[in-house]
Amino acid sequence: MIKRILIIAILFLIVVVFLPFMKNIVLKDSLNSLSSDYVETSSKDLKAANIVTGVVVTFRGLDTLGEVTVLFIATAGVGFLLRRKHEKSGKIKKRPASEILSTGASFLFPLVILFGVYIFLHGHLTPGGGFQGGVIIASAFLLLLLSNIHFQFNHTILHWVESLSGAIYVLFGLLGLILLGSFLDPRFLPLGTLGKLLSAGAIPLIYSFIGLKVGSELSNILDSLRGAEE
Amino acid sequence: MRYTLILGFVLFIVGLWGMLTRKNLFKIVIGFSIIDTGIHLIIVTIGYLQGKTAPILDKMVTPGNAVQKVVDPIPSALVLTAIVIGLAVTALMLSYIVRLYKHKRSLSIEDYRELKW
Amino acid sequence: MIIAFIIVLGIIMILAAVIAVMSKNLLTAIIASGVISLLASIIYLMLSAPDVAMTEAAIGSGLTTIVFLYALSRIKKINREVDDD
Repeated sequence: MIKRILIIAILFLIVVVFLPFMKNIVLKDSLNSLSSDYVETSSKDLKAANIVTGVVVTFRGLDTLGEVTVLFIATAGVGFLLRRKHEKSGKIKKRPASEILSTGASFLFPLVILFGVYIFLHGHLTPGGGFQGGVIIASAFLLLLLSNIHFQFNHTILHWVESLSGAIYVLFGLLGLILLGSFLDPRFLPLGTLGKLLSAGAIPLIYSFIGLKVGSELSNILDSLRGAEE
Repeated sequence: MRYTLILGFVLFIVGLWGMLTRKNLFKIVIGFSIIDTGIHLIIVTIGYLQGKTAPILDKMVTPGNAVQKVVDPIPSALVLTAIVIGLAVTALMLSYIVRLYKHKRSLSIEDYRELKW
Repeated sequence: MIIAFIIVLGIIMILAAVIAVMSKNLLTAIIASGVISLLASIIYLMLSAPDVAMTEAAIGSGLTTIVFLYALSRIKKINREVDDD
């Protein structure tokens, strides 16, 4: 009883504290100085058509590096907590998938992977980028996992792809440091013209490796959570 | 557009109430995910400018007049990172739940009292 | 017009959140949280943030629901294994 009253009191206090903020907030009608600076620099110096990509990869590149690290720690934690048992109990309780499902899934799988690769390759031109493309690649693997009960990941390839992508991402940052003087500066490759595929320096390459890393990490999480098949 | 602010805030309150009152471990994690969604809505709303368009340069939004025509790109970049990290933390919490259940066969938080003073 | 759309979506989202927290069946709660993320991605599109909308649609209503369902199936598998002994 006391606990319930305390909970209601806490929620009421939060509402009362935040209500003046919501009543008096004045939504602006022009960009502040930092955002207009980013927008102008992204179109003149970086030649990246998608300004959010320019912000994520270049201006706040260290935040992206930290996020990739957090994803790696979470994947390692999930893999450690849910270790696979390598024994098979011998009885398969699930019946195999019907013909339509397995044919449709194996027809769709390369198309979804192609779509994911398209999204992270064109991350600097259209909405999208590395994270979205990586998640779509992980969904393609999920499609195979759900439709085929005997599917096993090739763990060696997954581990190598994940480690190499992370290492190459940091290598690009160091290349920017060595050649140009600041970490994760993507201007050491030619900038090109705005709107073409090969433009914006090293941003497409950096985003591709981020996309591969995120995709393989999420596939690892899904595989650990699925556990040993029965 | 202050309706999305109110919506995000109400989602935050509902999620927080769910985390505080429910005893099933799964419901606590679901409440956490709802809080995440509410906070992201609030952050993206703060970057919205009335009548302007998405921050992508093309024929209509040229580099010359981009500053007067685009929405703030910085909150979008922040929320992009936050959504992926929210998924990673949720997956980690769920794997903790599976291990706890294997140890004690109970999904109610009342049975895990070892850290209570 | 757009404001009316946002209000209707908002009411459905709040209803889904209350269902997710208060329902007794875990499967209903998990699917309700997936519906919240899906409707939130539509609202992000109306707030002119297409990258965020794409990410939220893929992660919130795809992978998060699947991760919850996998954890639930692991728990049921542990239940069944102990009962078989």
